[in-house]
Amino acid sequence: MSRAWDTIVIGAGHNGLICAQQLANAGHSVLVLEAGATVGGFAANRAFAPGFHAAVGAHLVHQFSDKLSRTLELERHGLRWAARQLATTVISADGQLRIGGGQVDGANAKDVAAWRHLAARLNRFSRFLASINATCPPRLGTASFEDRWSLLKMGLRLRLLGKRDMREFLRVAGMNVYDLATDELADPLLQAALGMDAILGSNFGPRAPGTVLTLLSRRAGESVTRSGYSIPMGGVASLSNALAMAAQAAGVTVRTDAPVAGIVVDNDRVVGVDLIDGERISATRVVSSVDPRQTFLSLLGTQYLDTGFVRRVDHFRQRGITAKMHLALDALPSFNGIQSTQLGDRLLVASSLDHIERAFNASKYGEVSANPVMEITIPSLHDATLAPKGQHVLTAIVNYAAFETRDSLGTARDRLFSNALSALEAVAPGISQRVVAGEMLLPADLERECRITGGHWHHGDLAFDQFMMVRPFPGAAQYDSPIQGLHLCGAGSHPGGGLTGLPGQLAAERIQRSAS
Amino acid sequence: MTTGSDYPSPPHFRKPLLDTPFHDRARALSQNDQFVPWSGYTTVDVFTTVEQEYFAIRNAATLYDLTPMVKYRVTGADAERFLNRLVTRDVRKLRVGRVSYVVWCNDDGHIIDDGTIFRFSPEDFRVCTAERQLDWFLDSAIGFDVAIEEITSQVAALSLQGPTSAYVLKRFGLEGVEQLKPFEFREFRSAGRDMMVSRTGFTGDLGYELWMRPEHALGIWDELMAVGRTRGIRAIGSQALNLARIEAGFLMPNVDFVSAEHTIRMHRERTPLELGLGWLVDFDKPHFNGRRALLRQKSAGLKRMLVGIDIDGNKPAHNALLYASPKDEQECGFVTSAMWSPTCKRNIALAILDAPHFDAGRRVHADIYLHRELVWERRMVAATVVERPFFAPDRRRMTPPADR
Repeated sequence: MSRAWDTIVIGAGHNGLICAQQLANAGHSVLVLEAGATVGGFAANRAFAPGFHAAVGAHLVHQFSDKLSRTLELERHGLRWAARQLATTVISADGQLRIGGGQVDGANAKDVAAWRHLAARLNRFSRFLASINATCPPRLGTASFEDRWSLLKMGLRLRLLGKRDMREFLRVAGMNVYDLATDELADPLLQAALGMDAILGSNFGPRAPGTVLTLLSRRAGESVTRSGYSIPMGGVASLSNALAMAAQAAGVTVRTDAPVAGIVVDNDRVVGVDLIDGERISATRVVSSVDPRQTFLSLLGTQYLDTGFVRRVDHFRQRGITAKMHLALDALPSFNGIQSTQLGDRLLVASSLDHIERAFNASKYGEVSANPVMEITIPSLHDATLAPKGQHVLTAIVNYAAFETRDSLGTARDRLFSNALSALEAVAPGISQRVVAGEMLLPADLERECRITGGHWHHGDLAFDQFMMVRPFPGAAQYDSPIQGLHLCGAGSHPGGGLTGLPGQLAAERIQRSAS
Repeated sequence: MTTGSDYPSPPHFRKPLLDTPFHDRARALSQNDQFVPWSGYTTVDVFTTVEQEYFAIRNAATLYDLTPMVKYRVTGADAERFLNRLVTRDVRKLRVGRVSYVVWCNDDGHIIDDGTIFRFSPEDFRVCTAERQLDWFLDSAIGFDVAIEEITSQVAALSLQGPTSAYVLKRFGLEGVEQLKPFEFREFRSAGRDMMVSRTGFTGDLGYELWMRPEHALGIWDELMAVGRTRGIRAIGSQALNLARIEAGFLMPNVDFVSAEHTIRMHRERTPLELGLGWLVDFDKPHFNGRRALLRQKSAGLKRMLVGIDIDGNKPAHNALLYASPKDEQECGFVTSAMWSPTCKRNIALAILDAPHFDAGRRVHADIYLHRELVWERRMVAATVVERPFFAPDRRRMTPPADR
């Protein structure tokens, strides 16, 4: 038996690290246990071919709040930026347009004006949502003053949007992005840009109800930083490394290659964890940044839980349908009608909302998209260390791939890889000849590689029934659990996925409040 | 985790109720066609008269067709752990060959159903329930290595109850059956037929329950009736049994409490503590469904409780509202089951009373309505909170029972 810690954090993803850092700052002795060889989880690097490095999951930083960066002193802990304020270029076989710095190039004046108008409105809603995302959501139906006050403030903030905006917010919040985009915009590429923001990493096509909510959530995350789409020097993993440094500077001990076998409970209280190798580590509190299903069903075990609660865990929707592709290129590719200066942009390959919706259809029937839509970066343009000299890395978020494929995983993987390459070839003729190595990570691969059940980018769908005070589900929202001393701090908790650090930060705040 | 349904073909929609394996005999003995549906089967409510059947329970021997009672087989390495997490009692203490009366709760500590658990081996159990529970059991099985199978139609069951029931079974040829202690069961073999006999029942009297293969059902029925003839054996229906169970202080689901799965209105659910079943709740065992909620309720104190009451006079207090004082506008409770007990010569009832009126010895008043030749009459009658059961003869526990 080793020493007893105040807090053990399971998982050294960005949320786990931030939660650990904050608790250590508040005086806890904190141990972070990471199953993998490196920190970062979904935001780690992967050498997929000799000399080529790609971010395993998230390949852009765009929702990490400036305030949190300052608080954590990430630059002091080694974080440097290779690129900031990246523009977005939407490409189809027929054309392209570029959105960035409040400008839209490539659309007609009427559409540009409509876009600005819509963006301004969405920004107001996003700021409202951001204010809610920055607080621990209240529990409903309790007599607690804290909960009631928090609910009241939420209502007040909504009212403060003003009568017109409040009504408009309530009108669009439950809508699908397809309707919103086609109501407001005429240009198919602009529509597609809006649609892509709503569906990336989620389990929806643009016609699914609730996709305006996912769009607003994404923009809410983006509203807390002035840096826009950014890539750190050394790739997204550098953000995770800086977070680990910050945590260690605050006194946190981080152990990698230390997979947890189970959470140890005595008399309805957490007393520590058991590692796979048999070591038992004592702690008064365990905070899990692992997805809720794995936390409760695998690490804790249903014998400590009530059946109704287990039902809710079991019903939590967390099957990913988003894949990730990494290509090693022997030279910079050229895209149809795109200037070389645009190649460093965030590139969206999507010709229309219908294109996205058709790509989505496949995932409903256990298949992979025949003509997938993609978000692409070529990070080696900004950071030459990611690829051998003169060569390049292309990373693409590829939508969609069913979690449970009708064909074998290998067949589905090969098929989506070849479909994605064909889709690339259509906008960047000749790119296939540039590919010297490549890989496709299906959701099942991401589940295995990143230890996220379902391989879901956000640890679970962001939908109205898995949102805010009911995320991930009643009884485990507010970063708590039925077991004393067991808390959640991962993307499965409010406000959800993305490189925001908010679940980790809010969990730490909640734990401190309940401890005092 | 695996499961199976035991119905080879579902009942036809033109005849939605199934016949039990004893149906032919029940049909023949029924004098007034009083049948009622029970868990998907046609069963007898009254064969002749309730009085005749009730007195047979207390003075002779009775046969009651128990087949519709829902039965599950629970097996597997985690069967004990699964059941221990499911019910409020400590299943680890249940030895092979014993039966345990149990209740199970939802997360809020509210009762979903009650039933009995039979332990056949360390990893083989039978759970008998009032209502179908497969959905709840399967969700409760997540994370446990256990197989759950409904076997209701694979097992025909008879309840043989009454002071002469042990004699009848001995005459039937079950050697050593008199050595069975209450809540014990054993396998017997008689005339080439396997039969499991448990000393259990719903009457609070000496009695046994017999579990057999459906194809043996009619033969066993006929033989029991034949050997029991000199001991006054008769078939009984649900109404007579209901009277016996009230005297025994047993609870009837959907009469004395409503399953938490069925309640719609607030505060209609009941916890075991509220039903006076605190003795079934073991807080010292590992976690079980509803434990946290029940601990909270235990420390906060009960707002209401089900108790027995003894009412003055002889008018059954069916559905009566109860008042602390006859002049009160606001009731302090209500009756769930009531009867004039011919054996106890007492006017008894089960009632839910608000705190603090449920303490034993408290006096309350029952507002009794009597329907007499189309005219409603009303009586406000004093009643006393008393201990349950109302009727508990020594023969219910005596082993071996008297040989008569």
